[in-house]
Amino acid sequence: MPVEYQTHEHDVIVIGAGGAGLRAAIEASAAGVSVGLICKSLLGKAHTVMAEGGMAAAMANVDDRDSWKVHFADTMRGGQYINNWRMAELHAQEAPARVRELEAWGAVFDRTRDGKILQRNFGGHRYPRLAHVGDRTGLEMIRTLQDHGIHQGIKVYMEHTVTALLKDGDRVVGAFGYDRERGYPRLFRAGAIVLATGGIGRAFKITSNSWEYTGDGHSLAYQAGAELMDMEFVQFHPTGMVWPPSVRGILVTEGVRGEGGVLRNKDGKRFMFDDVPENYRNQTAKDPEEGWRYTQGDKNACRPPELLTRDHVARCINREVKAGRGSPHGGVFLDIAWIKEKLPNASEHIKKKLPSMYHQFMQLAGLDITAEPMEVGPTTHYVMGGVRVDGDTQMSTVPGLFAAGEVAAGLHGANRLGGNSLSDLVVFGKRAGEHAAKFAKENRAITPAADQVEAAARALLEPFDRGASTTGGGEGPYKIQYELQDMMQEKVGIVRTEADMQAALEGIQALKTRAAKVGVVGNREYNPGWHTALDLKNLLTCAEAVTRCAIERKESRGGHFRDDFDQKDPKYATFNNVVKKGPGGSMVLERRPIPEMRADLKQVVEENK
Amino acid sequence: MAKATFRIWRGDANGGGFKDYQTEAGEGMVVLDAVHAVQADQANDLAVRWNCKAGKCGSCSAEINGMPKLMCMTRLSDLDLSQPVTIEPMQAFPKIRDLVTDVSWNFRVKTTIKKFEPRKPDAADGTWRVDQADVERPQEFRKCIECFLCQDVCHVIRDHQKTDEFIGPRFLVYAAALEMNPIDAADRVDDLKHKHGIGYCNITKCCTKVCPEHITITDNAIIPLKERVADRFYDPIKRLFRVFSGNK
Repeated sequence: MPVEYQTHEHDVIVIGAGGAGLRAAIEASAAGVSVGLICKSLLGKAHTVMAEGGMAAAMANVDDRDSWKVHFADTMRGGQYINNWRMAELHAQEAPARVRELEAWGAVFDRTRDGKILQRNFGGHRYPRLAHVGDRTGLEMIRTLQDHGIHQGIKVYMEHTVTALLKDGDRVVGAFGYDRERGYPRLFRAGAIVLATGGIGRAFKITSNSWEYTGDGHSLAYQAGAELMDMEFVQFHPTGMVWPPSVRGILVTEGVRGEGGVLRNKDGKRFMFDDVPENYRNQTAKDPEEGWRYTQGDKNACRPPELLTRDHVARCINREVKAGRGSPHGGVFLDIAWIKEKLPNASEHIKKKLPSMYHQFMQLAGLDITAEPMEVGPTTHYVMGGVRVDGDTQMSTVPGLFAAGEVAAGLHGANRLGGNSLSDLVVFGKRAGEHAAKFAKENRAITPAADQVEAAARALLEPFDRGASTTGGGEGPYKIQYELQDMMQEKVGIVRTEADMQAALEGIQALKTRAAKVGVVGNREYNPGWHTALDLKNLLTCAEAVTRCAIERKESRGGHFRDDFDQKDPKYATFNNVVKKGPGGSMVLERRPIPEMRADLKQVVEENK
Repeated sequence: MAKATFRIWRGDANGGGFKDYQTEAGEGMVVLDAVHAVQADQANDLAVRWNCKAGKCGSCSAEINGMPKLMCMTRLSDLDLSQPVTIEPMQAFPKIRDLVTDVSWNFRVKTTIKKFEPRKPDAADGTWRVDQADVERPQEFRKCIECFLCQDVCHVIRDHQKTDEFIGPRFLVYAAALEMNPIDAADRVDDLKHKHGIGYCNITKCCTKVCPEHITITDNAIIPLKERVADRFYDPIKRLFRVFSGNK
């Protein structure tokens, strides 16, 4: 019997309602088309709320030497020059306007003495560049976009999940999914679709990401024939909480280091001074005194080594722990309390500058960060890789399918700079929304073929047909998810080797077989077991893409570090790894040469070396 | 590790009841960890909302031993584990399933409040100049994570169901953030009295007590708004002026 479903139609469907999705929906709606915004959770709960430090934009409010050119050069250097340079250019040029626009929509940023938007220091940024609100900038952004968006005539589908994209020939024409509350299947017909689903952090055990981060957009795009690029580059944020066990992985903002926090091993040594990469040497403080002056706004000082790029800091922490110099619970010490030696009112200052960090440690670890050092260690935070898109329009290789934010690849190359994510969301969310609306105006919604809809509907309900293992049905989904997370953490994590990754690839295949037979209990209404069963496919697709790309890149660069090839190799600087679904249904990998950078941009890079 | 008993409400809009689950209470665990452990091992279909697990998204609101709290920020070490820990959905909202409630009313209410409307920019480049001291007032209110625990505990909503006449503490805080935003130029004072039912709040401060973000909801947001309303509608001289000018 055919499965019953409800049909909705919009010119543009945006999947995901974090910063990028909301910004895309606002822009598409402003262009006069009908917009449906689908979010996996309630509106305003997306992972953007977790962003703490700020939003990078060369407004030069604090240091007038800053400009889009310096921001561009910083982004390319941080990404180890395999970024999509066109995206890096647009991002650096347009970010200031996107920040000001947020203020015009109600965001309340911290201020400079002369009343402008205040900007703070962050890793890899040459000048103070992050517009911020204490350490809850992401919440400010999402709330501003949400509160603006609800007055724009956008239809919001809260707690809905998309499980398949539908096509007509090459072009994407719809999405299929369900609502969580009733478990009712839904067909969304659309002229264009924007993916804004965030990342894949749930493929790893220790992560700062929530349950939603199961790589849905990556997987949907892949299944629809789009290309995924740079999937080997996963960012392990250097500072996640490590204790108590239940909070392991929760983010400790880089803002702690921006405000003067230092990293020490168990011997009390500030180990970051021991290993400063060549290409950052002339931008790094010579001694602790200079580092401190930098954090206090001295324009003649260079940044402390704690503010080197995230990939590097994470590896240094990993090295200290492996060498037996870590903290009691397997991390290192991050100390902001020490600034009381420098500031008279340090305790109040810390609470004011880092209120949610103070709160988080007090409540979850019973630790007062104004008095004691924190214990921190690397946590899976972000994926630089994602859907390969056109830099100007954000359209993927599938016509009508757009991607923006973390789910899109290109801007960040091999490593993302802190603060470049929030600006990414709004710069490219806007562009995706604009071009999706344009595409939808030129290509009206069509009804997807019935057999595609039927197949998507069957796949949705299959786990129920198999039922629970207790009644002779399939295995439950949670164990498979945990096994995948453990394996990815151990074998495709911060330090990788060929043998480990080959073993992971075999492990993924075995888990795929088990996942295809997973069964669930209960009924369709708000059933998390069922939701987890459906998400498994996405996690496994992403895990395979990460592993295959990581095996292929036999060097160390940015977020990708190999013990068996621990140096950067210039011949790997000329291409990106791309995976797509092959004709037989298996994943195929290609090396895609990076187009030569425009001469004027090359000059910008040279001038800022 | 010691075992603890969690008495979790299971059911839907048609009814339900408490069911006991035993699970390990490990070091540093929070209530949400215990719920997840139960979900993974004993009740795969146990419905619960959560996202960030760090007190930043406001999804996992529930009533723990009768107190409205975020499950992710309530440590087991702060509870008496010799007794079963009761976990039930927020009582002010319609039930959907297990710990999940229908909070959609809150999203509808927000759209009835006049949106942010910027005043004329201060600088030629279209930007504003504002003192840090002036942004700090709205910033306190903008810490709100929309967990709706204040709405859950407010007796006007919970006991008297005045959801058609009263917007509740969350949206009074929202209105206060807009009214006190130094760049905003819209006027919401008439609406607060006539549409949003600010008069229903009789400042029992229950909302302030449960706020996980420690926003001083009553003193800093609601009372100043009440003062603005009183100033406009109950000031005797202004009232007289209105009588003569014919304005209501």
